Amino acid sequence: MRSKKWLLNYHLMLLPGILLLIVFSTIPIFGVVIAFQNFIPGIPIFKQDWAGLDNFKFMFQLPDSKRVFVNTIVIASMKIVLGLLIPVTFALLLNEIRVRSFKRLVQTIVYLPHFMSWVILSGILIAMLSIDGIVNQIIGLFHVDPIMFLASNQWFRHIIVWSDVLKEFGFSAIVYLAALAGINPSLYEAAEIDGASRTRKLFHVTIPGIMPTIVLLSTLSLGNILNAGFDQVFNLYNPLVYSTGDIVDTYVYRIGLVEAQYGLATSVGLLKSVIAILLIAVSNKLADKFANYRIF
Amino acid sequence: MVLSKSWGTRGTDIMIFVLLTIVACISLFPLWYTIALSFSDKAAVNAGRVFAWPVGFNLSSYKIILEDHKFFAAFLISVKRVLLGGAINFILTVIMAYPLARDNKMFPGRKYYVWYLVFSMLFSGGLIPLYMTITELHLQNTIWSLVLPGAVPVFNVILIMNFFRNLPKELEEAAVVDGAGPWYTLMRIFIPVSMPALATVTLFSIVGHWNSFFDGLIYMNRPENYPLQTYIQQLVVRIDPALMQSLTTEQLIELSKASDKTLNSAKLIVAMIPLLMIYPFLQKYFVHGIVLGSVKE
Repeated sequence: MRSKKWLLNYHLMLLPGILLLIVFSTIPIFGVVIAFQNFIPGIPIFKQDWAGLDNFKFMFQLPDSKRVFVNTIVIASMKIVLGLLIPVTFALLLNEIRVRSFKRLVQTIVYLPHFMSWVILSGILIAMLSIDGIVNQIIGLFHVDPIMFLASNQWFRHIIVWSDVLKEFGFSAIVYLAALAGINPSLYEAAEIDGASRTRKLFHVTIPGIMPTIVLLSTLSLGNILNAGFDQVFNLYNPLVYSTGDIVDTYVYRIGLVEAQYGLATSVGLLKSVIAILLIAVSNKLADKFANYRIF
Repeated sequence: MVLSKSWGTRGTDIMIFVLLTIVACISLFPLWYTIALSFSDKAAVNAGRVFAWPVGFNLSSYKIILEDHKFFAAFLISVKRVLLGGAINFILTVIMAYPLARDNKMFPGRKYYVWYLVFSMLFSGGLIPLYMTITELHLQNTIWSLVLPGAVPVFNVILIMNFFRNLPKELEEAAVVDGAGPWYTLMRIFIPVSMPALATVTLFSIVGHWNSFFDGLIYMNRPENYPLQTYIQQLVVRIDPALMQSLTTEQLIELSKASDKTLNSAKLIVAMIPLLMIYPFLQKYFVHGIVLGSVKE
């Protein structure tokens, strides 16, 4: 029934996609050799001057690169912690609601920011946080002097982290809501018969019920510790907040594509990818150990 | 489930209602505020008199946008990109997911392909090598530079592959007995029964295309080739770094006051209209999508 013709068709179906992946995903991997070159744009890669590990040595001497790695890790870990706590809390609160129309309305509203681009949201944030924007108007009512939020190193990380929470908490809560829906109702009935209060049910049935999901997602998020969110930072930062807001990806963009130091930029990017891959492997191991879940 | 309800629980219920209402308002407020700004009078906005309601209601900023050829050119490029990119993503997703959903016996090469897909998902060259590949291929300033690098949505392919694998085998066997070939089976059996799942991933890929600005920024040298998000990024969001460094705080304050917030807000709103139009459909479908993603094991 299944002849060679079927097999040939399978390969044919895969051909265009595989070719595109080779060109746009695999061939660029070989491009990382320029991390080991004194790359000058305009000359073919194989004719470039080899630099050995000079780019890496130079990178470790630069004060900027230490700063961007620290910023990246700080911002990303703040996002990971809050991006876990707030969606879980939100899901638990929403789960207590029995009025379905209200529940659906709240969900529809809080999912919306997830679908807006960071360009749009940044435009909105810039308007809200500017010197005569609404946030300064409100704090002005309490006789606080206007703050240049986006030019302040004291505020910048908070703005990045909290605006990310605002954009994503509703959407991240979906997984927990699914987990909550999967808890066996008879557990609640049993707790009820034993005279458990609402709080007791929360701590003895609900939270243990979604614990596997929490553990799983928190271990998997470890792989993201070097992803502080390029689109967001890129659209909100400026030279005044480089010392607290400049992350690896924005730095690679600036030294690579703006200053045309291709070799150096690629070596910073390469270091980031290597660490990221190690972290993904570690988080996969941890997820397997603690949550019995394997991605690969 | 509804058993006894004491006054204590009632109180908790009300508190949760209030809290969630506040949360929903906070989520919606940025959008609401932007709409209010866009309909307000410029002077009122600059004087900081707009809170949650337009002050000095007028449509002048929308009129300016209607006459702005550059804005519409960018809008059109984005529409083109969404249609082309969405179609390519859709086609590649189904024609790759289908053969990969066969079992190893039916399609011995399967595991190598899947392995390669996962490899592509995990390893990439990073920004600079990809940028160089695009320039080597002379794709700069063409729509292809926006569409082709992400043409294969690997994650979606794997998702749909798993979806196809869970479909009843009898569906396909019946078609094969009737003499259908692989293409016919895919078009007439697999695609129609998977429409909700396919619609989900396609809507997500459309949103992704509509929202991305960075590839437009780096691959387009001429501003007239910018897609809408890049155009907006350049006009509304970006502050010239060189300028920033040379100014004093007072000058910065003046600069931020001089920016045309009313017009900028109107541009943000117009750029969001297509998204707000497909949002109801997204809403309907994406819960399926999430469930689809979570039933991997």
